[in-house]
Amino acid sequence: MVAQPAIVQRRDAMTPVLRLLAKRLATSLIVLVGVSMLIFAIARIIPGDPARIALGPNATAEQIAALRAQLHLDQSVFVQYGYFVADVLRGDLGISLYTNRPVTTDIAQFLPATLELILVAGAMMIAFGLPLGIWSARYKGKWADNLIRLISLLGVSAPSFVWAVILMLLFAFYLPLFPIAGRISDDIVVTPVTGFLMIDTLVAGNLRAFADAAWHIALPAFALALSGIGQAARLTRANMVETYERPYIEMARSYGFSERRIANRYAFKPSLIPSLTIIGLDFAAMLGNAFLVEAIFAWPGLSRYGVEVILRKDLNGIVGTVLIISATFLIVNIIVDLLIAFLNPRIRHSQRAS
Amino acid sequence: MRRTFAILAANPLSLLGLVLVALVVISAVFADFIAPFPAHRGAVVDFANFNQPPQWPYIFGTDLVGRDLFSRIIYAYRISLVLGIVVLAIAVPIGVTIGLLAGYLGGWTEYLLMRLTDVFLSIPPLVLAMSIMGVLEPTLTNGMLAVTAMWWPWYARLVYNITRGEREEGYVLAAEVIGASRGHVIFREILPNCMPAVITKMTLDMGFVILIASSLSFLGLGVQPPTPDLGSMVAAGATYLPDSWWLTVFPGLAILVAVFGFNLIGDALRDILGADQ
Repeated sequence: MVAQPAIVQRRDAMTPVLRLLAKRLATSLIVLVGVSMLIFAIARIIPGDPARIALGPNATAEQIAALRAQLHLDQSVFVQYGYFVADVLRGDLGISLYTNRPVTTDIAQFLPATLELILVAGAMMIAFGLPLGIWSARYKGKWADNLIRLISLLGVSAPSFVWAVILMLLFAFYLPLFPIAGRISDDIVVTPVTGFLMIDTLVAGNLRAFADAAWHIALPAFALALSGIGQAARLTRANMVETYERPYIEMARSYGFSERRIANRYAFKPSLIPSLTIIGLDFAAMLGNAFLVEAIFAWPGLSRYGVEVILRKDLNGIVGTVLIISATFLIVNIIVDLLIAFLNPRIRHSQRAS
Repeated sequence: MRRTFAILAANPLSLLGLVLVALVVISAVFADFIAPFPAHRGAVVDFANFNQPPQWPYIFGTDLVGRDLFSRIIYAYRISLVLGIVVLAIAVPIGVTIGLLAGYLGGWTEYLLMRLTDVFLSIPPLVLAMSIMGVLEPTLTNGMLAVTAMWWPWYARLVYNITRGEREEGYVLAAEVIGASRGHVIFREILPNCMPAVITKMTLDMGFVILIASSLSFLGLGVQPPTPDLGSMVAAGATYLPDSWWLTVFPGLAILVAVFGFNLIGDALRDILGADQ
C-alpha cells in the first residue's frame, strides 16, 4: 500500500524531466551540426593542398588530380561539406595518414584509456572537491577555511602538466609509492573487453590486476583532477556562504540541529546544482587537459595520437579526434543537465515543463 | 580606483597577489637589466656548462645546451604577458559586443549569436586551440589567434546573462521611453553595468591565458624554440626527470607563480566589486 503512491508520484515526476531531455537533445543536435561545420571550416583553412600533402612531394600532377577528385576537393565547399556529413553519418571518418588505418579504428584503440583516466579524475573531483567546499564554508574565516581556500586556488593556478611533474617527482621518485608510468604492470595480461582496464580486470575476476590498474591510474588521475577539485571546492564554498545567510539556516540552528547536519543537509543542498554545473564544465576541460597529463605519465591514450596527427597535418585524424571529443563533451553535458533537472524539485515536480 | 587598490593592499592574500604580479611584470619589462645572461634567450650554445644543477651564477641551473634557466624564464614571462594582453584585448571586445547584442536585441539575433557561442563552447578549450594550431604554422601570432578563438565565447555568455537581467531594469526602460537610440542604451546604459564582472573575469583570465598558452607550447603547438617559453621548457626537460629536476620544476613553478598572482587579485576584485560569476 505504501509503495503505490510513491510509484504514481514518480511517474508524474519523470514526465517533465523526459520532456527536458527531448528539448536538450534537440539543442545538442543543432550544436553538434554547428561543431561539425566549425571543424570542417578549420580543416579547410589549412594552407596548401590536402591532396598534395597526402601524396608527398614526388607525386605527379595526374596522381594529385585523381586524389583531388576522389576526395571531392575539385567541387565547391558546400558539396564537400555534404560528403563529409554523409561519411560521418555512415561512421566513416576516413583513413589516417599517420597510421594508415581508419581513424575510427585508431580512436577506438586510444579513447578508452583516456576516458578511464577522465572518469577516475571526475570521481576524485566530486569526492574531494565537494567535501572540501562544505568544510570551508562551515568553518568560514577559521584556519581550516583559509587553508582549503589557499590549496584550491593553488590547484587552479597551474596547468595539469606542472602538477603531473610535481606529483611524479614527489610520490613516484623521492617517495616511491606509485609507479612512474603506464596503465598496468608488464607481467599482467588482461583480455580487452571494454578497453577500460579497471572494468576488464573486474570482469575477468582478477582482483590483483584490478588493484594494479587502480595503483597505476591514481597519480595521473589526481594530477588531472587537481584543478577541478579546486574549482568545485571554491564554487561550493561561495554558494554555501550565501546560503548560510538565509533565515532558514537560523531556524535550523534554533531547532538545535548539529552544525554538521546543517552544513551537509540544509546549507549544501541549494549549492549542489551550481556545483554540478561547474563539474560538468571541468569535465570538458579535462578532455583537453588529459593530453597534458598523458604526455608526462606515458599514458597510452588519445594524447600522443592527437598530437601526432596535428603535427603531421593529418586532416582526417584531426577532424575525427576533435569530433569524437566534442561529441563526448555534449553527452556529458546532457547527463549533467538531466541530473540537475532530476535534483531540482522545481523542475521535477512541475506539471508542465516550460 | 585608488580605493580599490588600498583595499587590495590591506588584505594579506591579495597583497601577496599584487607582489607576485609586480614581480612578474617588472622582470618581464626590465628583462634586459635583470637577466644575468641576456644572450641566453636566443640560440646560444655553451657545452662547457650544459645541464648544471642550480649553483652560482646559474641560480636555477642550466639547460641541455648550457643556457641559464633563470634568464630564459624572465624572457619567457615577457612573451607570456604580451600574449595574454593581446588575446584579451581582442577577445574581450568581441565577446562583450556579441553578448550585449544577443541579450538586448533578442529574437533571431539572440538565437544565432548564442548558438554560435554554444558551438565554440562545445569543443573543450584546449582541443579547439590545438586543432586551430594544428592547421596553422606554430608561431606566436597564430598562437594568439588560436587562444583568442577559444576565449571570446566566455565573455559573450557572461555579458549575455547580465544583459538579459538588465534589459528589464527601470533605468533601461526610462532611457527607451525618452527615445534613446539602441546604440546608446546598449553601450552607454547597459555596458557600464557589465564592467565589474568583465574586469574581474579579465584579471582572472590573464592568469588562465598564460596557463593555456603554456599548455599549447608544452604540446609543441605554440611558440617554437629557441624563443624561451615556459611550457616548451617543461616539455624539453620532462624526459630528463628525475635527475635533472631543475629543467622542469623551475619553469613549472614560474607558471604557477604568475597564474597564482593574477588569481589572488582576481578573487579579491570579485569580493570588492561584488561581481557574480
